[in-house]
Amino acid sequence: MEITLNWYLTLSALLFTMGVLGFLFRRNAIMMLMCVELMLNSVNITLVAFSQYLGDVSGQILVFFVMSVAAAEAAVGLALIIAIFRDKLTVDVTKINLFKY
Amino acid sequence: MTAPIMFFVFAIVALAAALGMLLSKNPVSSALWLILNLFCVAGLYLTLNAEFIAVIQVLVYAGAIMVLFVFVIMLLNLAHLPDLKKVEWRRFIAFTMGMGLLSMLTFISANALGMIPDPPSLAAAAENGSVSKLAKVLFTEYAMPLEVIGILLLAATIGAVVIAKRKPV
Repeated sequence: MEITLNWYLTLSALLFTMGVLGFLFRRNAIMMLMCVELMLNSVNITLVAFSQYLGDVSGQILVFFVMSVAAAEAAVGLALIIAIFRDKLTVDVTKINLFKY
Repeated sequence: MTAPIMFFVFAIVALAAALGMLLSKNPVSSALWLILNLFCVAGLYLTLNAEFIAVIQVLVYAGAIMVLFVFVIMLLNLAHLPDLKKVEWRRFIAFTMGMGLLSMLTFISANALGMIPDPPSLAAAAENGSVSKLAKVLFTEYAMPLEVIGILLLAATIGAVVIAKRKPV
């Protein structure tokens, strides 16, 4: 049995769905950031799979850039969480509603 | 012949680790599940013969980003954690089925248009994922975006330090 592109796409879709569900249902801000990382990873699987099956290197270059942006996003996001935690002593996103009122 | 077995092992462990990450109450164990998931994704890149991306995945994600996450989780000393939101199962099932239907329709239309490529030969795939080929493209064709990414990382580093710094009272 040969592994075709479809298997990678299915796996990627499943991981992405899990990431979205976690992002929607968790209230811990750090957990939400981790779910974003999961989603970025699933997209990376799709990009690498297509890049290898089409024989085009550009997809893997894009994965490289996505990883750099994910690193930057994680650093800034965690810094924001630290700053908010210092102020409010919580990471519960339902209690961080600065713009609600 | 080992490639399909490798794929299924990595895929199943990756899915289980993602599920464990979503369901575990403690954020430290969530982070550890995510690290397992990232290692499995690196293994999946290896089954695609994308060696460079696999190594970078382990170095950058599992090595750098997740250390940052674990460090912040331990730093914040979260005494009482927020629980999961109350899950509305009707919406949950509707969302999952909607995503499934969307991906199925996209796949069928892509298949009908003949956009799904055939599997590549092993040699071609290995050559395509090699460091030398990627580096050649990265430092010639994509030299400018590479510089921009460097500036972005510098800006993010400085921004993170400034945001997280203790404010003078």
